[in-house]
Amino acid sequence: MPEASSTKLASTADFDRRDLDWYIDKVVQLIVFFAGISAIIFIIGIFIFITMEGLGFLFEDFTFKEFFLSPFWEPSDEDAPEYGILALIAGTASVTGLAMIVAIPFSLGAAIYIGEFATGKVRETLKVLVELLAAIPSVVWGFIGLSIMNPLIIDLFDVPVGLNVLNAGIILGLMAAPIMTSIAEDALKAVPDRYREAAEALGATRWQVIFKTVLPAAKNGLLGAVLLGVGRGFGETMAVLMATGHAVNIPGSLFDPVRALTATIAAELGETAVGSPHYQALFTIGIFLFIITFLINLTADLIVRGIRKG
Amino acid sequence: MVNPNTNLNVEAEQVPVAEEAPVKLEINDLTIKYGQHTALKGVNLEIREHEVFGIIGPANAGKTSFLKSINRMDTFDSNMSVEGQIKFNGLDVQNLNNIYALRSRIGVVFPLPVGLPLTIYENVALSPRLRGINSKSELDIIVERCLTRAALWDEVKDRLNSLGSLLSGGQQQRLTIARALSQDPDLLMLDEFSIAVDPVTTMRIEDVLKELKKDMTIILVTNLVQQARRLADRTAFFLENECVEVGNTEDLFTGEVKDQRTRDYVEGKFG
Repeated sequence: MPEASSTKLASTADFDRRDLDWYIDKVVQLIVFFAGISAIIFIIGIFIFITMEGLGFLFEDFTFKEFFLSPFWEPSDEDAPEYGILALIAGTASVTGLAMIVAIPFSLGAAIYIGEFATGKVRETLKVLVELLAAIPSVVWGFIGLSIMNPLIIDLFDVPVGLNVLNAGIILGLMAAPIMTSIAEDALKAVPDRYREAAEALGATRWQVIFKTVLPAAKNGLLGAVLLGVGRGFGETMAVLMATGHAVNIPGSLFDPVRALTATIAAELGETAVGSPHYQALFTIGIFLFIITFLINLTADLIVRGIRKG
Repeated sequence: MVNPNTNLNVEAEQVPVAEEAPVKLEINDLTIKYGQHTALKGVNLEIREHEVFGIIGPANAGKTSFLKSINRMDTFDSNMSVEGQIKFNGLDVQNLNNIYALRSRIGVVFPLPVGLPLTIYENVALSPRLRGINSKSELDIIVERCLTRAALWDEVKDRLNSLGSLLSGGQQQRLTIARALSQDPDLLMLDEFSIAVDPVTTMRIEDVLKELKKDMTIILVTNLVQQARRLADRTAFFLENECVEVGNTEDLFTGEVKDQRTRDYVEGKFG
């Protein structure tokens, strides 16, 4: 074996010499480092961009009281434009809230069935189908809201318009459920089987095992799934634009049309003069959405850390 | 047949099991397979009430599979099939309408500790809660008693509300023993419980087991032949997926064996 040793074994003289492998290692480390911190750079970049665009409004026409407490969003009124987003917040919150009421039981139920009860082919098929559902474009969901849910709600509840909180909430709930199911199922799968076996050995039934052992063990992941759904609800634009009725309104019932923050930006940004107060007000809504999303994620993170310390 | 005077290690504690003690567990022609692979074949034996029944033998002899078939843990593994008859208190465990009730009366301690992701207190209180005990004072008593019996109470009494999974390996194993005891079991099955426990604690738990046999039947699977000698009234020797022989523990260790392989294993010639 003299050849092998002469080519492969490092001699004492090599200990201080940087070879090709050493440089490759450094380069790969650098590439991975930049890929890693690019997320931070993009986030900061986006935040700076939308802040710059909305800055003029924030310093001139913005008053905290009007912006957050006035239900009147009338930016195109030439004499006295009003920029109150209270109704838009109410619209987004009501739709997201209803969506979660629809999506949480649906997705947790589906995740528990797929993760804990279904076996073999049924399980594999369901997983693929759920992932397919998650991939349906939001405009298709909006279309379903517009063309199927709308007449259905009019018929069923005998109301004049079917584009409202109920419609958008259900659509958004169905939209968010697949991805929530997928994440929740991952969380359940991450619970080791030995916990299930140990609990069953105590005489616990399947449901008791799930309720007393698996769900508590998976609660971090499940909370993550729910918060992801909430984030999805806040950020979703196209489906809510099509299904809410897009009327500025603080909803008094499920059958009132509303308008969402995101849908307002999407519908109006193309029609405003760049740099105008209206344009800047839309970017201020963007800043607001950004902060809300940030807070949701931060909350999730803190809760999860708190649980870990437990 | 069991003569306490010949038992050198534990004369004082050893309570001889009368030949006529009622049969707790009756195994007839038990064969266990995983797919095509046979893990255990043709086992016939009886386990009597209030005895410590030792099972010794090298790895892969079928000892763990034997335990799994008794509390119907074969339901976890669709690949595992059980043939033959297992009668627990005279009832065929393979034809029960409620295997959860059966499992609730059989405590199991696994080789590697499984601290459930709950607090220490809740780990032990889970089984009583499952059978409907909800009063805090009653649970407190059960938790303290079980943890004390498992020789863990002194170490954890000040942090009952921290997670069981944060305990050390040896402590977790005693926690699982406490949890098994909280079932108030009729039958306690220990599967190589001392693997993750230090020798001093092992001896403490062994002392506890000698106490417990007054209240329950114990099956002790162990790869430490001397542990079987210290604790078991009768012992079965499993080898290569067969039960080679069953006999009074002292007989096996004093050479009164039917099969040469048992003598060789007990004397440490292999395994």
